[in-house]
Amino acid sequence: MSVSDLTPLSAPGGSTVRAVHDEFHGDLLEVSMGPHHPSTHGVFRMIVTLDGETIVKLKPVFGYLHRNHEKLGENTSYLASMPYTDRLDYLNSMTNNWAYAIAVEQLAGLAVPERAEYVRVILAELTRLLNHSCLAGFLMQDCGCSGTPLMYAFREREKILDLFEALSGSRMMCNFQRFGGCRVDPSADWLAGAQRLTDGYGAFLDEFEALLTGNEILMARTQGVGRLSPELAVSAGVTGPVLRATGVAHDLRKVDGYGVYPRFDFRVPLGDHGDTYDRYMIRILEMRESLKILQQALAGLPGGPIMDPKAKLRGFRPKAGEAYGRIEGPKGEIGFYLISDGSPNPYRYRVRPPSFINLTILEDMCLGRTVADAVIILGSVDIVLGEVDR
Amino acid sequence: MSDAAPAITQEERDDLRRNGILLTSLEELYNWGRSHSVWPLNFGLACCAIEMIAASMARYDIARFGSEVFRPSPRQADLLIVSGTVTKKMAPQVVRLWNQMPEPKYCIAMGACAISGGPFKQGYNVLKGIDRFIPVDIYIPGCPPRPEALLYGLVQLQAKISGQPISGPDAPRHLRTDIECDCPVPEFGAHDLEPPQNPAVWQPPAAVVRPDKA
Amino acid sequence: METVEQLRDRLLARFPGAGITVVTNPSPAAQHSLLLSPATARDIARFLRDEPGLQFDQCSNVTGVDWPDKEIVETTKVTLPDPAGGPAKVVEQKSKRTEPGCLEVVYHLYSIALRHGPVILRLRTANRTDQVTLPSLTPVWRSCEFQEREVFDLYGVVFDGHPDLRRILMWDGFKDHPMRRDYVEPDSYEWEPTPHGEVLAKARQHYPAPAVVATPEVPKP
Repeated sequence: MSVSDLTPLSAPGGSTVRAVHDEFHGDLLEVSMGPHHPSTHGVFRMIVTLDGETIVKLKPVFGYLHRNHEKLGENTSYLASMPYTDRLDYLNSMTNNWAYAIAVEQLAGLAVPERAEYVRVILAELTRLLNHSCLAGFLMQDCGCSGTPLMYAFREREKILDLFEALSGSRMMCNFQRFGGCRVDPSADWLAGAQRLTDGYGAFLDEFEALLTGNEILMARTQGVGRLSPELAVSAGVTGPVLRATGVAHDLRKVDGYGVYPRFDFRVPLGDHGDTYDRYMIRILEMRESLKILQQALAGLPGGPIMDPKAKLRGFRPKAGEAYGRIEGPKGEIGFYLISDGSPNPYRYRVRPPSFINLTILEDMCLGRTVADAVIILGSVDIVLGEVDR
Repeated sequence: MSDAAPAITQEERDDLRRNGILLTSLEELYNWGRSHSVWPLNFGLACCAIEMIAASMARYDIARFGSEVFRPSPRQADLLIVSGTVTKKMAPQVVRLWNQMPEPKYCIAMGACAISGGPFKQGYNVLKGIDRFIPVDIYIPGCPPRPEALLYGLVQLQAKISGQPISGPDAPRHLRTDIECDCPVPEFGAHDLEPPQNPAVWQPPAAVVRPDKA
Repeated sequence: METVEQLRDRLLARFPGAGITVVTNPSPAAQHSLLLSPATARDIARFLRDEPGLQFDQCSNVTGVDWPDKEIVETTKVTLPDPAGGPAKVVEQKSKRTEPGCLEVVYHLYSIALRHGPVILRLRTANRTDQVTLPSLTPVWRSCEFQEREVFDLYGVVFDGHPDLRRILMWDGFKDHPMRRDYVEPDSYEWEPTPHGEVLAKARQHYPAPAVVATPEVPKP
């Protein structure tokens, strides 16, 4: 009998810390980390059972931001759900929009003009830069350097948000992709601004890496911490940088070749050890590859319409059927599964959330480590609660 | 001879101040100290939290308004910025944090979700506004509000604090002995929170159906 | 990669007598799926994961779908003889029957090793009320762990063989399954200054219309 029958820790009137008795380990301490905790990246709760400082069991508790996105999708028309996809992974609204647009375009068999595909790639890679910079900043915040790397990352993020605001009208909730193209055609001025940002971002990455990559505190705290084996990662459905850090070469931009990604020359960085340092380095290397893709996309942007002239926005009723569309978002594979019954609203609207599924192996990575390591491992998995709880 | 002393005008006070003499009242000094060092709790729920973090970063810099440090512990914080959707699962925790904050404390409802449930209003797990359980001082609309909007809301809060008298029936909660500051924490029921709202803090308004639409 | 019919034939050759049918997808995406009967589902899943040449090592997405009971009205023409001896009358008779609904769980499988996919599996429960048990595929793919818990929480499908089946998004004491089509929300009234549509209907239930106050006539000059 491992856990005694006291008041469960998840009860609202229960305490945050209680003692449990385990036959093998003796007296243990069960601590509730969250849902309000300076480092849990949102309202996320972990119930950790500790033997001294070592983690013996870790159970995540979700649902503190469950905003029934899928039920809303059933009661809203296809296009009206697009602003809701912004609020899923609220840091990366452009890639969420694109994944939803791809799913609906597969469901209804819509074509996308070439210029729109290039613009989508440009915006997705800018989003990847934004996300990975912020992740490095937040990871450092968890390590204890309170504020400085985060401030550098947010300085660059503000420049990218200026571009998003100039193009779509909103910094974060862009609501930009449409079924059959994009909403607004970027002007020559905007493209020049994007080019300037891309040219200058390499210098920022050099500065950031000089501060962090060889930093002995970072290396001591993250190397060897939170190892994940490739077999467990694949079985657990982990995708994105966390999977590639274990050495598995799976990047949907190469595997599925959606959009116009097959035209660009870029590499996919892979890790060796699957620990937290690898996950951090993968993201830095992916940012450099994103800059390469951006240079190629901005140079090769063709003319033409930004939206398929035959696409119908009002009264959009796809035929009955279903489709699953997915893209490689900055956090992993984000997909939308839609079942249509011929009416203006979807019959079933499902989001495949990468952050939620990546958390399957959180316990496996944290067992045997200390509480401080659990915070860093969670930071390196890169979760956003809007997506985890939907 | 009149009993009332001649009032000192603001121009005379400014003139004296330029000459190095500060003339003020205890109330002004007290409120000046309080309003210009409001420390928020490190508390973010959803998307608005990212704009709150952006407001504390280098471009918008909330520190120049006095909110230098975001405190991780509610015992040391003055301001609860509810930024993001409050779900029914999270609501007891928010109320408990509010109760743990010592007086004087203020609450800003940032974003449409915290004010009224926002775009997720038709939700079985969404609380239609945090003011159903705790008293809110400032409402900042937007989805998400820009960091400048949060700073404007903070300035409005500072103006509100500066206008609070330190005695009498309009004094803030921490200077009065006749009111209860703790808000009751809701429990998880079988279908909804129990109670679904705090009647001392929020009453549904009077009839809202327009006569011509009845 | 082989087509879904070829896959079905291969699976039937390996598991003779298992209930496997192809569900065609009429949309342009043409992602057809295989409907499996619950009894052999886990063995088929393990075969799909381990067989060289298939190697579907990643279960990418687990979705719950609610198909409510459908009322079907059938009209049949019945010939009734005339008791008075005249010509027989042909009368239309309508009979109503209820086709029971079910809860369905859809699995999207991909192969990372061989870079093919998706293969879509469907499992359906017998009805929506008491026979809602399905075999859990968590022992085959670890990624089903949290997603099956979510289907249990929001739809009420009980997964047999799941290591830790409890609610994941709603709190433990919650009694309903909110994503079902017949779920009724609790009455936590949403106040709007200018309600219309559903919100107006709810507002009328909560608040009676105010009495129309007669405005005093302005005397004409």
